[in-house]
Amino acid sequence: MDASYITPFVVSIQNVFTTMLQLPVEVGEPRIKTGSKASHDVSGIIGMSGDVTGSIVLSFPLETAEAIVSLFCGESLGSDSDDFADAIGELVNMVSGGAKAGFDGKQVSISCPSVVVGTDHYISQQKDVPCVVIPCTTDCGELSIEVAIREQSRAATSESGSEVASH
Amino acid sequence: MRVMLIDDSKTMRNIQKSVLKQLGYTELEEACDGQDALSKIGAFQPELILLDWNMPNMDGLTFVKSFRSTNKTTPIIMVTTEAEKSRVIEAIKAGVNNYVVKPFTPDVLSQRIEETLSRCASS
Repeated sequence: MDASYITPFVVSIQNVFTTMLQLPVEVGEPRIKTGSKASHDVSGIIGMSGDVTGSIVLSFPLETAEAIVSLFCGESLGSDSDDFADAIGELVNMVSGGAKAGFDGKQVSISCPSVVVGTDHYISQQKDVPCVVIPCTTDCGELSIEVAIREQSRAATSESGSEVASH
Repeated sequence: MRVMLIDDSKTMRNIQKSVLKQLGYTELEEACDGQDALSKIGAFQPELILLDWNMPNMDGLTFVKSFRSTNKTTPIIMVTTEAEKSRVIEAIKAGVNNYVVKPFTPDVLSQRIEETLSRCASS
């Protein structure tokens, strides 16, 4: 994957978390993910289609997710709350939307988000697309962005990226 | 002032509601997508609409095109993650009056609401 597709996610998560949560994000060294097991307990997943296809996962340990959602919503919310998944979905939506604006000259659409909550769940992504994990640290705990996308040739833009989450 | 909030995220509608209440707007109606909004709009008759772009069932752009076929005047502010210039132009051409890119601070949203209402009032 072209490194120029990683920087927009770094910029975007810092912008989203600072603007909406007043929570600075420290970004670590990106690495290639092996296996399909989710990095953490809570995954916000969004698909990209168009000139760039694939999927983005915002992955949090449960405690971190609950702390971040509570900051975002302005009230204490556990993962059993109806609004928990909604808030995680909106965060991955903003991070992905902000990042795609940084894909120079590319026409990209994003899907509505899905959220999976549960220890040891798996996320099956396109096998031929490497997944880059960007580790992040905040005062609420660690989290990661998983980016599995590739540039699509113009002729093939009708094929869409896909992701399937299973528990 | 009657304001309609159209966003599939309840979290985002709650954030917008809190900004609107601080501005003194308390007559609010919520819709979770374009289709839901069209079904409520006749009864509510909003004087301002805050609209997301990416939503299930009917997206924001389709809503604007449908709504503008019968209503040319009610101001619409698109509040969305779609930040590319081409998207902003597409929305403005469809009939959106102003644009706020998510993430936003309460100050930016307040400023765009007041700017939009004063611009529409003077035209």
